[in-house]
Amino acid sequence: MARLARLDLQPDERERLALQLGLVLEYVGRLAEVDLEGVQPDVPVRTNVFREDQPDRPLSPEAVLANAPARQGDYFRIPRILEED
Amino acid sequence: MHRLAAHQLLPRLRDRQLRARDLLEQALGRIGRLEPTLHAFLHLQADQARAQADRIDAELDAGRDPGPLAGLPVALKDNLCLQGMPTTCGSRILESFVPPYDATVVRRLQAAGAIVVGKTNLDEFAMGSSTENSAFGPTRNPWDPGRVPGGSSGGSAVAVAAGMVPLALGSDTGGSIRQPAAFCGVCGLKPTYGRVSRHGLVAFASSLDQVGPLARDVRDCALLLGVLAGHDPLDSTCEDRPVPDYPALLERGVEGLRLGIPRAFLQGLEPEMATSFEEATEALVGCGARLVDVDLPHLEYALPAYYILAPAEASSNLARFDGVRYGLRVSGPDVAAMMRRTRAAGFGAEVKRRIVLGTYTLSAGYHEAYYSRAQKVRSVVSRDFQEALARVDLLVLPTTPIPAFPLGEKTADPLDMYLSDVYTVGVNLAGLPGLSVPMAPVRGLPAGLQVIGRAWDEGRLLACGQALQSVRPYHLAQPQAALFDGGMA
Repeated sequence: MARLARLDLQPDERERLALQLGLVLEYVGRLAEVDLEGVQPDVPVRTNVFREDQPDRPLSPEAVLANAPARQGDYFRIPRILEED
Repeated sequence: MHRLAAHQLLPRLRDRQLRARDLLEQALGRIGRLEPTLHAFLHLQADQARAQADRIDAELDAGRDPGPLAGLPVALKDNLCLQGMPTTCGSRILESFVPPYDATVVRRLQAAGAIVVGKTNLDEFAMGSSTENSAFGPTRNPWDPGRVPGGSSGGSAVAVAAGMVPLALGSDTGGSIRQPAAFCGVCGLKPTYGRVSRHGLVAFASSLDQVGPLARDVRDCALLLGVLAGHDPLDSTCEDRPVPDYPALLERGVEGLRLGIPRAFLQGLEPEMATSFEEATEALVGCGARLVDVDLPHLEYALPAYYILAPAEASSNLARFDGVRYGLRVSGPDVAAMMRRTRAAGFGAEVKRRIVLGTYTLSAGYHEAYYSRAQKVRSVVSRDFQEALARVDLLVLPTTPIPAFPLGEKTADPLDMYLSDVYTVGVNLAGLPGLSVPMAPVRGLPAGLQVIGRAWDEGRLLACGQALQSVRPYHLAQPQAALFDGGMA
């Protein structure tokens, strides 16, 4: 799971997390008691509020790149991309 | 001056008995004296605030109206973006991040003449109930610095409770405005989902998050909500509905209103909290309300559903913190290693727990058993609320099962910490508004009455809070004496 979530965990961290999440999963497992026959999994978010898709003034590349950990010209610079094992 | 509410300061500012600059200097002085004990703030901008205060004074001197909050110092929870000031979310991963734009609520505050003095401490990415999960150290409760202020908007609640600023903004995903308001003896409102824009709020769980006010009393909450609420084209969940004149609705009272109490859900409440709650509801009866027992049979499942849904959404929302575009980067031999190392170094323990939990409950094979089931439970919890609120006008219950707990008491046991949200999370699942107002102290510590209403009915919640305050003015109690005398409650 940690790998899926792109997190490097130390062995002791992994052990503690497994224990704590075991307890949390046991607790949330109580949901199995609820009779959900015929219930739809809807989210009570009421509406999507749409607007006209019109161009607005964007942020300048300089403003956006000011926070970049590494940049090259107007691009974010990242290490090379290799296949994961 | 630190004892006055915003609505008491405003007329003094308008008739020039009080200058915005003087009010600001008093606020900054008080912050300077109390910060070493309380640590409510992560960033301050004294010089910019002074320039703004001088500009507001010039406008007021010239007889112009700089807006409904003109000259009032405000604090922002540090998950709201203000151009040019760091937005850390209480996390190492955003320690160096300075947003290039303002949150919509920040623009609204500024347009109303408010003066942002700084950003307040929070649990990392708003995940927590004590403000102990901040990477920059905990905030302490002004009523007893050995206790937590609640969370995640703990810094904002403390800034108001300690008289540093009259108004502050928080965000509430599972109780993060109401619970610290209750722990610190101030008022806090979580508005209806869609009432206030989240543009520029760093997302935690997008189907639950709302921005809302923390203030010394209900009238100030109404005043601030009126400035924050309203449509924003930059947030597609923010609805285009008229914004009522909330302060004008305050005096409607509770005469003839039916207040529902979910008695079965409150079984096992500690006796002192139960006594405080009974006293508050009896006071409302004295104001003309009628109490009705209501049944919300699925409310006890709101908390476990929340702790599936919120981490699931968080695991997705926090995927953006990958060391590529902003924030921390820890280098690695390839891009995947860079991301894993960055996130390992940048996130704290609670955030990692929730990311891994959310990744698990969303993963193939477990999605149905956890995430889908929790979404269905969310439906039945919402239905319970709708049915109850069809029979009664408002629901009332304590905001929290216990008052503020000692620092460190729950940090080793995440589940125990989660349980402190038991009375607040249902409101977020159902998208409803919830208000916390001070009721009688419990063992010398502040406690909150939570008022819950129908969607978009904030005016009625506020009127109920105002009714309670007018007969039980617990909001006027001040913690500062203990701090200045060196005594610790």
